[in-house]
Amino acid sequence: MEYSKKIAACAMTALLGTTSMAMAQDCADPVKIGVLHSLSGTMAISETTLKDTMLMLVDAQNKKGGVLGCQIEAVVVDPASDWPLFAEKGRELLTVNEVDVIFGSWTSVSRKSVLPVLEELNGLMFYPVQYEGEESSQNVFYTGAAPNQQAIPAVDYYLEELGVEKFALLGTDYVYPRTTNNILKSYLMSKGIAEEDIFVNYTPFGHSDWATIVGDVVALGEDGKQVGVISTINGDANIGFYKELAAADVSADDIPVVAFSVGEEELSGLDTTNLVGHLAAWNYFMSADTPANAEFIETWKAFIGDDKRVTNDPMEAHYIGFNMWVNAVEQAGTTDVDAVRTAMYGQTFPNLTGGMAEMLPNHHLTKPVLIGEITADGQFDIISQTDPVAGDAWTDFLPESAVLTSDWKELGCGMYNTETKTCVQLTSNY
Amino acid sequence: MHKTFISQNPSVLWFIALLGLFTLAVTVGSEAFGTGLISTSMVKTLGKTLCLCLIAIAMDVVWGYCGILSLGHFAFFGIGGYAIGMWLMYARTEGIVLSSLSGQAIPSTSQEISDAIGNQIFGVVGSSDFPWLWAFADNLFLQLLMVIVVPGLLALVFGWLAFRSRVTGVYLSILTQAMTLALSLWLFQNDSGLRGNNGLSGLQNIPGFEGSSQADISLAFFLGSALALALGYLLFAWVVSGKMGSVVQGIRDNEARVRFLGYRVEGYKLFIFTLTAVISGIAGALYYPQAGIINPAELAPIASIYLAVWVAIGGRGRLYGAVIGAAFVSLLSSWFTGGGAPAIDLGFYTILWTDWWLVLLGVSFVCVTLFFPKGIGGLFDYLVRKPS
Amino acid sequence: MLRHFLTLFIWLGLAGMAVAQDLQPSLQAHAGEIADPSRSSVSVALDDLVASGAPHLSDFLEQWQDKGVWQRDADGVFFYATENGDDLSLRDIDTAQETTAPKSGFSQLKPNGGVRRLIGTALVQFQLTDPDLARRTSAIESIARRPDASQLAPLLKSIDPETDATLKARKIQLANFMSASFAPDTGDRIAAITSMSSDTSIEARAVLNQLLSVKAVVSPDAPKGNIARVLKPGRDLSEADAYARLVDAKLAPPVISPAAMRDALAANIDGGRVGGIPTAQLDTQTMREKAYAALAAQGTVPPLVSQDAKTDAVAAHSFYEVYEEQDPAVTDAARAALDSIETRVGAAQAVDLTLDALSLASIYFLAAIGLAITFGVMGVINMAHGEFIMMGAYTGYVVQQFVPDYTLSIIVALPLAFAVTFAAGVTMERLVIRHLYHRPLETLLATFGISVALQQLAKNIFGTQARPLTSPGWLDGAWVVSDVIQISYIRIAIFVMALMFLALILFVLKRTRLGLEVRAVTQNPGMAASMGINPDRINMLTFGLGSGIAGIAGVAIGLYAKVTSEMGADYIVQSFMTVVVGGVGNVWGTLAGASLIGFLQKGIEWFNPSNTLAAQTYMVLFIILFIQFRPKGIVAQKGRAAAD
Repeated sequence: MEYSKKIAACAMTALLGTTSMAMAQDCADPVKIGVLHSLSGTMAISETTLKDTMLMLVDAQNKKGGVLGCQIEAVVVDPASDWPLFAEKGRELLTVNEVDVIFGSWTSVSRKSVLPVLEELNGLMFYPVQYEGEESSQNVFYTGAAPNQQAIPAVDYYLEELGVEKFALLGTDYVYPRTTNNILKSYLMSKGIAEEDIFVNYTPFGHSDWATIVGDVVALGEDGKQVGVISTINGDANIGFYKELAAADVSADDIPVVAFSVGEEELSGLDTTNLVGHLAAWNYFMSADTPANAEFIETWKAFIGDDKRVTNDPMEAHYIGFNMWVNAVEQAGTTDVDAVRTAMYGQTFPNLTGGMAEMLPNHHLTKPVLIGEITADGQFDIISQTDPVAGDAWTDFLPESAVLTSDWKELGCGMYNTETKTCVQLTSNY
Repeated sequence: MHKTFISQNPSVLWFIALLGLFTLAVTVGSEAFGTGLISTSMVKTLGKTLCLCLIAIAMDVVWGYCGILSLGHFAFFGIGGYAIGMWLMYARTEGIVLSSLSGQAIPSTSQEISDAIGNQIFGVVGSSDFPWLWAFADNLFLQLLMVIVVPGLLALVFGWLAFRSRVTGVYLSILTQAMTLALSLWLFQNDSGLRGNNGLSGLQNIPGFEGSSQADISLAFFLGSALALALGYLLFAWVVSGKMGSVVQGIRDNEARVRFLGYRVEGYKLFIFTLTAVISGIAGALYYPQAGIINPAELAPIASIYLAVWVAIGGRGRLYGAVIGAAFVSLLSSWFTGGGAPAIDLGFYTILWTDWWLVLLGVSFVCVTLFFPKGIGGLFDYLVRKPS
Repeated sequence: MLRHFLTLFIWLGLAGMAVAQDLQPSLQAHAGEIADPSRSSVSVALDDLVASGAPHLSDFLEQWQDKGVWQRDADGVFFYATENGDDLSLRDIDTAQETTAPKSGFSQLKPNGGVRRLIGTALVQFQLTDPDLARRTSAIESIARRPDASQLAPLLKSIDPETDATLKARKIQLANFMSASFAPDTGDRIAAITSMSSDTSIEARAVLNQLLSVKAVVSPDAPKGNIARVLKPGRDLSEADAYARLVDAKLAPPVISPAAMRDALAANIDGGRVGGIPTAQLDTQTMREKAYAALAAQGTVPPLVSQDAKTDAVAAHSFYEVYEEQDPAVTDAARAALDSIETRVGAAQAVDLTLDALSLASIYFLAAIGLAITFGVMGVINMAHGEFIMMGAYTGYVVQQFVPDYTLSIIVALPLAFAVTFAAGVTMERLVIRHLYHRPLETLLATFGISVALQQLAKNIFGTQARPLTSPGWLDGAWVVSDVIQISYIRIAIFVMALMFLALILFVLKRTRLGLEVRAVTQNPGMAASMGINPDRINMLTFGLGSGIAGIAGVAIGLYAKVTSEMGADYIVQSFMTVVVGGVGNVWGTLAGASLIGFLQKGIEWFNPSNTLAAQTYMVLFIILFIQFRPKGIVAQKGRAAAD
């Protein structure tokens, strides 16, 4: 495949000297991609890793000959965990550096900050983190999980496999937990869980005083129902939470905790011996036993020069997103945003955990959902892996969203009301 | 009257003239004018910098002239931004909702329209009802009034309580810091009705100007910010001159003595505190439509400390010093974090400025406080005095 | 014994005879379910296995539960296996023959938590009388997790032979709980229930609550059955809720919602009009109702339910809750027992809340006490105080990299953290603060600069990821008084540490030469100098002491929370408020401030447990108001020292 392409390219060069001149001239400027991840401030803890991942992927692609015969150059900027700066730096990347695509953002608010700029300037961004859904922009490809690719399957696992009857939804107070918990609450009630059996709590970023909340959760068991915790606690607040959980000797057999924001990276800040058996739901775990994953981990460790560094789910999202973009550009023969977007639909690329990821017309991926149990060495033991699930931009479990759908290929609309058969808006809610 | 305060303070004329020249240059160079020498993102950055200069001179008046080290002025700045942001969001969403509902067979009731708008705005944070705070959001005039009234009232009440109890010096600084912390914590809560951590976004799209390009809008806001800065500068220059200015500076130097002289110190302090709060609110209302998003992190205590640092670096007790400090530090910071500064290769270690810029900034605060208490503005004294 | 005998058989080559006795064929009959089990379907396989009476089934179940069973991909045969690098050490399930094979041809069976629990239940019958204590304990745990009527008799039988006293007590307790639910005789049940009335454990409450579980009933007739509560519309539930229940029970027609009305109108547009009203006028609810009424009169849509009709319908029915347990004697006893427990639980919760508040107060105190010295006694605003806390925590982390023993590493880390931050404090005092003693507000700026630089420096050195700082094993776990009152040992340790520092600082300030000199320099440096005290030296030492304590606090805070470059920033504003609220210049004041803030925060949290952020907001607001009315703090200084 690769080989025949090369032959074709050679033949082209031989036949059309002038064209190849033009191509060579194009390549005087490398193809530029923007990396919009915070390298300082509170989010640097998570986002620096993704910047390094992008540099590694670009490096690897350049060794393979780049894209369209040109080398790729990564333009790295630092929005410093300052949300307005995402809009400012995004505009700079698109208008001053003139990048062809941006890989970036972690928090929802940073994405919402850069969204209007992307839509105004018709840019293209790949967003690699699991998020709350309820959005489908023409200019963003969501390579992380939508709620139905992470939260809903995890709750199903709770209901069916663990027989949980009473839920504690603990989250950090921001959009992702708020919306996810709303969706879950409505989903649980549709499954016959009474409202008083759903305990919801929100804590600030970086919260460290967990004794009372853990005590409250333990006390939920007083009516004899099986209690389960669904945690959307973000970032380093998890460290205090899990330490308190371990101190209170809450075993996964009695009160399991499933986390949506805790991956290998977060566990590296913890001693996990007392947390064995607690759960996390992701689309990727470092422990996935496939040759592609083994190679990815090896490349990563070599690139970063640290044998102890771990890989995580958003890294895989960037890996898939970047490779899909490269293939789409090759297929479109240009880096023009509209052409690449059209070429992206139906684009497939193998997951690191096996199976194929496919880009859907609603700008989301199909992904398998994995549930892992924490092991003593800070990794996850995968105990459940589903078939690939198609990402759903608008959840089916909130009445206002259930009537909405997104299809940029056929309907040309990311917020289409299926009842009134109209496109609510072409831009996004931000 | 005007003549006297300007003749007292010739730097005012110089400043206005320079600002005018700068504005003209940027306008001519902008994409909206057609030359395109200065990119739209740069125009936005410069416009925002002017707003920061405006709040910096407010800070200078309250600290450099009146001696109140307020570590909470960014709270007022943020309130101004939220006030205008509510209208921007509401009006933009209303436009979208009305156009999507217009094709229906049965016309919508006002309740349905308001529900749909609420759902659009608060759907992202999992709610759909309009909180009471948004009562005036559909009215631009009332929201503009809020830009002035809310920071003013808050400053008035807070200042009255604090000055009445004779909370001064460091204690007042900590108290103002607590105020902005409380406000940002409150805004962080989803239940407060201002979309929690997400804040208000998409503010750069001005309702009614959907057809205009961002190049035009950003230039308009740049000009607006320049005008506001000029007016603010004149206002403050007038306030700190004359008898009022003398009393205020007297309070800074020795509060007790001024009180014994029979002046109502609390009244003067309250006036300065409230006035600067109002100006900060206006600066914020101009800043956030250019930034595009406002959220509670903007009001975090650290922002207000940075404000004090700008003023210190620029030079306290002189208005142009505050302007220099704010412009210099914020533009420099943007240059360093934007990857504009070249990395320095030491052979064994490469200094990446994204990593080391904050260290440099921190150390330079220390150096400025230790060695140049008059800040950059102090250099002008040097220039002026030398020939004579 | 039997096991040896069987093995002998196989060794003798009598495999043909042994086939019927082998476990593997039974397993293969359910191979699909065993390889990929689900909680909802595995019971069938488990029941069959148990019924087949296959040998060493319990061994297999235990191994399966512990993820010790692997399946050969080629033919689906199960093995016990342990990983050995890229190889597996395999053990045949029936013959126990050991072999080695590469891992690639095998898949590990990973039953999920729900399946493991079912396996545990299946194991109960094997483990309940097992000679191994651990197995018996695990059996009891399994019963406690999924109590079942059939387990009561075997459990009762196993109590007398039990040799371990703790387990025996646990068995009796569990049997009591189960008797309350499952005993055949009502008298036994009531006796069991009554005996629980002083047990605040969650298990006891769970048993009672389940006995008292109710279901709501709507009926046109008078209430009957074992009635728990009669609900009066208007008092116990709103009329709208009551009507909704009627609709759910199909006893009344549903209310037409505005959206449904709109859809109905849209479906009946006739020549631009609905029910004779032009569509353009249908933009108010009243007009819509009119149009709808017209449609209803034509009979095209179901009629609107009027308010009167709702009231009548609600009045014509009775709403009540009945116990699912039929016997009123049992429910009455359970209610009485639960009421008495609830009172105890309430008291216990108050105690627990107090403990939590004490713990939080001690953390605030520890974080602020260094500041109480530098700010409170010397009047120096050190914005880098938080970064000293961070330096201490990172010192602890670095020590753990070199000293793997956690206990030893903490013993090394505490003094080392003190030394490091003491040195940093002294350096800062010499280089910066010394020059700014007469300009307190500028100290604030300079130290803020240092704080920014230190924070970024920590990021450059240690990276942005949180670093682990692990407490020694003997601090793991919690001190458990009852299921309600418990507090983790690490928090107790922090509390004790806070008390020790309080004592230490009081001792240094009040009882030593240094303390005397510190107080002298603070009150009047000029006079102190003329008495032969070197104010420079004293200031340096005092500042070092305050900073050093911050370092130790950092180790403690890192142990219970996290170690990141930003951990200091989380505590700085809080600490300043603690000192100011308590009253500057007084260690007791800081203690009072920390206690006030800790208790207040827990108190507010208790009112609104689902929103911790709100509690913090109200606490800060309270502090602002408090300072307005008591500007000098709780423990105000009097006299000369109070002057600014």
